[in-house]
Amino acid sequence: MHHAKIEGVDHRLSEEHEALRKSVESFAREVVAPQAEQADRSGEFPYDVIRQMGEMGLFGLPLPEQYGGMGGDFLALCLAIEELARIDSSVAITLEAAVGLGSMPVYRFGSEEQKQQWLPALCRGERLAAFGLTEPGGGSDAGNPRTRAVLDGDEWVINGTKAFITNSGTDITNLVTVLCRTGERADGRPELTSIMVPVPRDGFVASPKYDKVGWHASDTRELSFTDCRVPADNVLGARGRGYAQFLSTLDEGRVAIAALAVGLAQGCVDESVRYAKEREAFGNQIGKYQAVAFRIADMQTRAYVARCAYRDAASRMLAGEPFKREAAIAKLYSSTIAVDNARDATQVFGGYGFMNECAVARHWRDAKILEIGEGTSEIQRMLISRDLGL
Amino acid sequence: MNIVVCVKQVPDTWAEKRLSDSDKTVDREGVEGVMNELDEYAVEEALRIKEAGGDGTVTVLTMGPDKAVETIRKALSMGADQAVHVVDDALHGSDALATSNALAKALGTIEYDLVILGVESTDARMSVIPAMLAERTGAAQLTFARKVEVSGTTVKIERQTDTGYDVVEASTPAIVSVVEKINEPRYPSFKGIMAAKKKPLTTLTIADAGVDGGSVGLAGSGTEVAEFAARPPKQAGQIVKDEGDGGAKLAEFLASQKLV
Ligand SMILES: Cc1cc2nc3c(=O)[nH]c(=O)nc-3n(C[C@H](O)[C@H](O)[C@H](O)COP(=O)(O)OP(=O)(O)OC[C@H]3O[C@@H](n4cnc5c(N)ncnc54)[C@H](O)[C@@H]3O)c2cc1C
Repeated sequence: MHHAKIEGVDHRLSEEHEALRKSVESFAREVVAPQAEQADRSGEFPYDVIRQMGEMGLFGLPLPEQYGGMGGDFLALCLAIEELARIDSSVAITLEAAVGLGSMPVYRFGSEEQKQQWLPALCRGERLAAFGLTEPGGGSDAGNPRTRAVLDGDEWVINGTKAFITNSGTDITNLVTVLCRTGERADGRPELTSIMVPVPRDGFVASPKYDKVGWHASDTRELSFTDCRVPADNVLGARGRGYAQFLSTLDEGRVAIAALAVGLAQGCVDESVRYAKEREAFGNQIGKYQAVAFRIADMQTRAYVARCAYRDAASRMLAGEPFKREAAIAKLYSSTIAVDNARDATQVFGGYGFMNECAVARHWRDAKILEIGEGTSEIQRMLISRDLGL
Repeated sequence: MNIVVCVKQVPDTWAEKRLSDSDKTVDREGVEGVMNELDEYAVEEALRIKEAGGDGTVTVLTMGPDKAVETIRKALSMGADQAVHVVDDALHGSDALATSNALAKALGTIEYDLVILGVESTDARMSVIPAMLAERTGAAQLTFARKVEVSGTTVKIERQTDTGYDVVEASTPAIVSVVEKINEPRYPSFKGIMAAKKKPLTTLTIADAGVDGGSVGLAGSGTEVAEFAARPPKQAGQIVKDEGDGGAKLAEFLASQKLV
């Protein structure tokens, strides 16, 4: 067990991080907000918004300049995700998955050549990368995939199916990294290897988009691999390292998803405060009624505490300290309260809150997946309790 | 081409603005300051001209309290190269006349071919600083630009009018004020934000800029706010009854308000 000692931490943002947060906040308000409802309705991928996010450098935030990044850090990415999610979760998850799941593994584990080849266009947001772990047969037990890759001469031959893969079928997707079973280890467990599949590619098919409850404008697809061949050196890092790689990718990803959940939770507060001042019932603004005002006070409290939790996990990560437990706590708590806040915000809005055109209704539909993706709440509790020695 | 962009920090566009009771100047305390929106277009235009030309320097010039440095940082993080901040308690309460005097003097400390600014600020909305600066510096006056083209020492603009635009041309040095039609300002990137920290920022007192203390501030202003009152509550709207000519009446109304 670690951190017996609890230290005072200052999670107020540096001047530069605050300037970035403000910059993304304006962008979200001015560029993302006007298209959010229409994109939610049509389910069309927001290419134009993504292009502008790319021009702003959001896709390269935590990556060094030598690979076309902004030379920032993971907190900078989290702040951008949080601000976008206050307005539109589909756009926020597109960024989170593109960087957290798509680019980061290439940066962390790829060879110099792989980084040079893939990262610059990904950092510019001109291309998107996806990471395929989950299969139709199971996501929580991701260490046990059925997708197989067999070495045939100087090529891998991949067969199998991946489910629910974000950013895997857009017009600008050019890389899908898939976790494959490549053999048996001495201890009888499967040998897992991440293999980079440049797409489009023969033998690779991205099915039509799923019909989802929320995240409508985010691209999620089932992928099938049928004798899909890629060069032998498309292994990410080393053969047999797949399991360790995705565990560490997911630790980081949880902090980013927590930031997304905090953004959604705060967006629910923003909308509720505005509406409570505007809407009248029984001759008063509804915000004058304590039942409404206290509900919103609770929502803000939860958003604030969740924000502290993810920023604490992020600062531990940046300091190079263990942060697995804190990441799981932040992910568990913030996704729970995102769902709570979305439910409460729709209550504040009354009937309008049940109309799809209403932002809080969209938040309500977008919130639930946060308790499922990148490790369900049960999996987070498993990680936390294990870390406590249970 | 060396370009100076004048930017101003103003109270947040969405905040309720008020005048302070004591000296009837804009109350800047407790309201978040932001870069005057039109100045963002001015910064963007300066950066585009520089990027197209491939050489020169973009200098940000601000007159305002210490806090205005936030706005300077924003302009630098968008990509401007350096900044000059005129800050002095004696400037408090300056009207347009006094402000243009201080800015003109500060401009004298910078090498420039072009000065670009927004046509107005959202707090005072006088729209006279560009003209006054041109008068004081002797530079050509090109106002209300919706398009700017620079070739060599010639600056050509499309000047927005109520009904269309005029094409106006002058040679440098010139003062150009821009309207929001001119471009889409960029959002600062993180790289820009980090770089802004390291860019040169010169702070000038009025003495440094060679400004006479009596010519600025409340005392040095040519105008005085004698009295002010809150905006009266909204009047009831005017209802147009459609007696077959409803459409025409609406069009007439819109035209009378210069909305179409
Ligand atoms: C919109 C969307 C986008 C996604 N994007 C991606 C992506 O880009 N890449 C990717 O690889 N995956 C992605 N996923 C998949 C996601 O990570 C999985 O859905 C998630 O991990 C859960 O896996 P599962 O759906 O197979 O559920 P299961 O693992 O089948 O779990 C079903 C239920 O059983 C519970 N459960 C399972 N095991 C245990 C246990 N040991 N103890 C207690 N409870 C348990 C779970 O908590 C859950 O409640 C995405 C999913 C969605 C919906």
